[in-house]
Amino acid sequence: MGAYLVRRLFLMAVTLVGMSILIFVLLRLVPGNIADILVDATGNDDPQEKARIVHDLGIDRPLVEQYWQWINGLAHGDLGYAFVSERPAIEEIAPRIPISSKLAGLAIFFAVLLGVPLGVVSAVRQNSGLDYGLRVLSLSGLSLPAFWLGLLVLMASVQWFGTIPIYDADAHGFFTQVKMLALPAIVVGFRSSALIMRLTRSSMLEVLRQDYVRTARSKGASNASVNYDHALRNALLPVVTVIGIEAAFLVGGLIVTETVFNIPGVARFLVEAIRWRDYPIVQNLTMLIAVVVVTMNFLVDMAYMVLDPRIKFGG
Amino acid sequence: MRLTTAIWAAGTAGLLTIASPSFAQKQGGTLNMPLRDNPPSASIHEEATISVVQPFMAVFNNLVVFDPNQKANSPDHIVPDLADSWSWNDDKTKLTFKLHQGVKWHDGKPFTAKDVKCTFDALKGTPDEGTDLMRKDPRKIWYINLKEVTTNGDNEVTFVLGRPQPSFLSMLAAGYSPIYSCHVPSREMRTKPIGTGPFKIAEYKRNESIKLVRNPDYFKKGKPHLDAIEWKIVPNRSTRMLGFVSGQFDMTFDSDISFPMLKDVMSQKKDAICEARPSNVNSNILINRDSPPFNNPEIRRALVDTLDIKAFNEILSQGHNLDGAAMLPPPNGVWGMPADMLATLPGHSTDVEKSRAEGRKIMEKLGYGPDKPLKVKVATRNIAIYRDPAVILIDQLKKVYIEAELEPIDTTVWYTKIQRKDYQLGMNLTGVGVDDPDVNFYENFYSKSLRNYTGYNNPDVDKLIDQQSAETDIAKRKKIVWEIEKKLADDVARPVIGYNVDNTCWSPQVKGVKLQVNSIYNGWRFEDIWLDR
Repeated sequence: MGAYLVRRLFLMAVTLVGMSILIFVLLRLVPGNIADILVDATGNDDPQEKARIVHDLGIDRPLVEQYWQWINGLAHGDLGYAFVSERPAIEEIAPRIPISSKLAGLAIFFAVLLGVPLGVVSAVRQNSGLDYGLRVLSLSGLSLPAFWLGLLVLMASVQWFGTIPIYDADAHGFFTQVKMLALPAIVVGFRSSALIMRLTRSSMLEVLRQDYVRTARSKGASNASVNYDHALRNALLPVVTVIGIEAAFLVGGLIVTETVFNIPGVARFLVEAIRWRDYPIVQNLTMLIAVVVVTMNFLVDMAYMVLDPRIKFGG
Repeated sequence: MRLTTAIWAAGTAGLLTIASPSFAQKQGGTLNMPLRDNPPSASIHEEATISVVQPFMAVFNNLVVFDPNQKANSPDHIVPDLADSWSWNDDKTKLTFKLHQGVKWHDGKPFTAKDVKCTFDALKGTPDEGTDLMRKDPRKIWYINLKEVTTNGDNEVTFVLGRPQPSFLSMLAAGYSPIYSCHVPSREMRTKPIGTGPFKIAEYKRNESIKLVRNPDYFKKGKPHLDAIEWKIVPNRSTRMLGFVSGQFDMTFDSDISFPMLKDVMSQKKDAICEARPSNVNSNILINRDSPPFNNPEIRRALVDTLDIKAFNEILSQGHNLDGAAMLPPPNGVWGMPADMLATLPGHSTDVEKSRAEGRKIMEKLGYGPDKPLKVKVATRNIAIYRDPAVILIDQLKKVYIEAELEPIDTTVWYTKIQRKDYQLGMNLTGVGVDDPDVNFYENFYSKSLRNYTGYNNPDVDKLIDQQSAETDIAKRKKIVWEIEKKLADDVARPVIGYNVDNTCWSPQVKGVKLQVNSIYNGWRFEDIWLDR
């Protein structure tokens, strides 16, 4: 177990180093840099202005030197200066992380809260009217674009409540924040809940056909005991994997939802930074996402052991 | 006796109300505004977008300003701002301003003539040593005739011009011409600028919000009326509109409501006050005249022969957009040519079928036809307001055997692509900061201008631009301006397909809004706006 953990952590470190190189190189392969964009946006093609900005920001230095400066800074907690806002990148990124984290956390919470029980119900009542209804619901969750769903929710909100949940940075308190973020979180989480629901259903159906389930039934175990004590625990293994992956890849949904609901989170900020080729922001944020994905994968692997004691990681 | 007293009292109150509207104005409150995108910076001089001017103009003052109580910006309606008075010398080459005394920057330091000098020294590209006021200067061309700025003590400043230039005062009155403080470094001017204006920056959170608070030391006594203005950056247009109808915003972003959207707004917010006006932003066609096929003047001519401006306007704005040439047409525009003259220009004919037949004849002579169309690409920014006219253009080009394909370009690389001449045709939008021939012609059509990104170069037109710029007789100047407009149209320099007219809406509680009809870039000082709630 110990050797496995060391090997996993080493692999994580190697993956992250590889990611950092990939992020750094790919970003510089994208056409245009901050100077082009800043100057061209004014419709003024002044090569001198561009050259001065490029020099001031240090993006005319050799790539290796720039990469080393970034990684070295990162190792010392210095994320550099944002090109556009001209403030330390950490000051730009740090306040936005909790906003997106809360939204993502709430979205996953909604997704699991809806997806797992409805998936179980759908499997247990296979081919019933309820099952068909839930399957249509899950299909719609997978096929409705988040921006469209977000706008519909906003329009309904205006129609029924006369207001829309525009983000307020001064809103404090757990319930106030949950109230403010609930609608966007449902919009983000709807797609994930659909996926979780479908996977839970198919996984449950597979497990319910297993011999040990039949044995449990023949021994007189109640339906609830069979479904929840015997079947669900085993059916949850692939679902946990998907929840982990969904949590890591939620950023895609967050970008759209943060834009539609006007939430100043990290995802919208990342898109804005890519638009401006704000290298320090994009590099650090993409690295952060890479760390989240790698960590989530690691945690999912660890969760397997808890869910299925037969699984052992060893040398 | 009692009746006489009552009549006197009512009369006096009435007169006072008329003479001083401030009696009716309420003090206080926060105006909530949406902003359509993240401003690239807060430094007005370094940017060229309404997303910077609209929120930050209230932080600054100019020397002079277009009268905010007049609907049209014109040289006849310029009023004092930081300058109390101004005068020209006899040969109209020296413009001297007497500055208002006792004005302070938001950080408490005194405003002096030196600040005016260092602002304009930086703008003309000769900053004083040790000052670092701006890293970009998109309107350098405005000041090519400015030789030097001299000061006489702390309260007098003189602009020395190379030749007479009556438009110079109009340029100083533009929202794009605030006075900067010499003692504030450029980085701070871009992130948390210091001005003398009615509002100070309390907080600027990128991608989130801008909060301006009342400047209690503002030199115009009794102004501003608002305690604060809060801008929320809302990139999604539908969210902005829903925010307005649900009462979270007091006003829409300028010209944000198109005519199809107006019906929705009015049905959901019945008390909204909406006003349509031209923004002096025109849709125009960029033509790469340096490479085939549009290096051939005959093909350029066939291109304009197919244009049906009325169809563009009907589809894009339900017929509200305005047909004009290089300058905004009258009555909103001060300088544009009259409609009868406009109808004689290529591309503006009322008999579209006849001009299309002529266009087809040209193309047939060059060997093109229905079975052998000329294949081109129409590049445009991948934004609806750019794409929509581009699609209509593609349809109209078919009528003269030009088969075009839409090439949507990411907005961040759009100007780079245009400036590298990596296009054949482009659909573009051009906003004009001041309805003034010097501003428009020097920026967009003068051969030496860095903003003339099509690279149009006609020495005759350059000469005429200089000639009109120096002409002090307005009637004579208008004739030269119309001659330039005609030459540009004949040359197919940058065919204009229409001047946008859109709506701006506000709640009835917002008082004192006066939208200006010939530019969206001026009139955003917010010092006369108040809230009745």
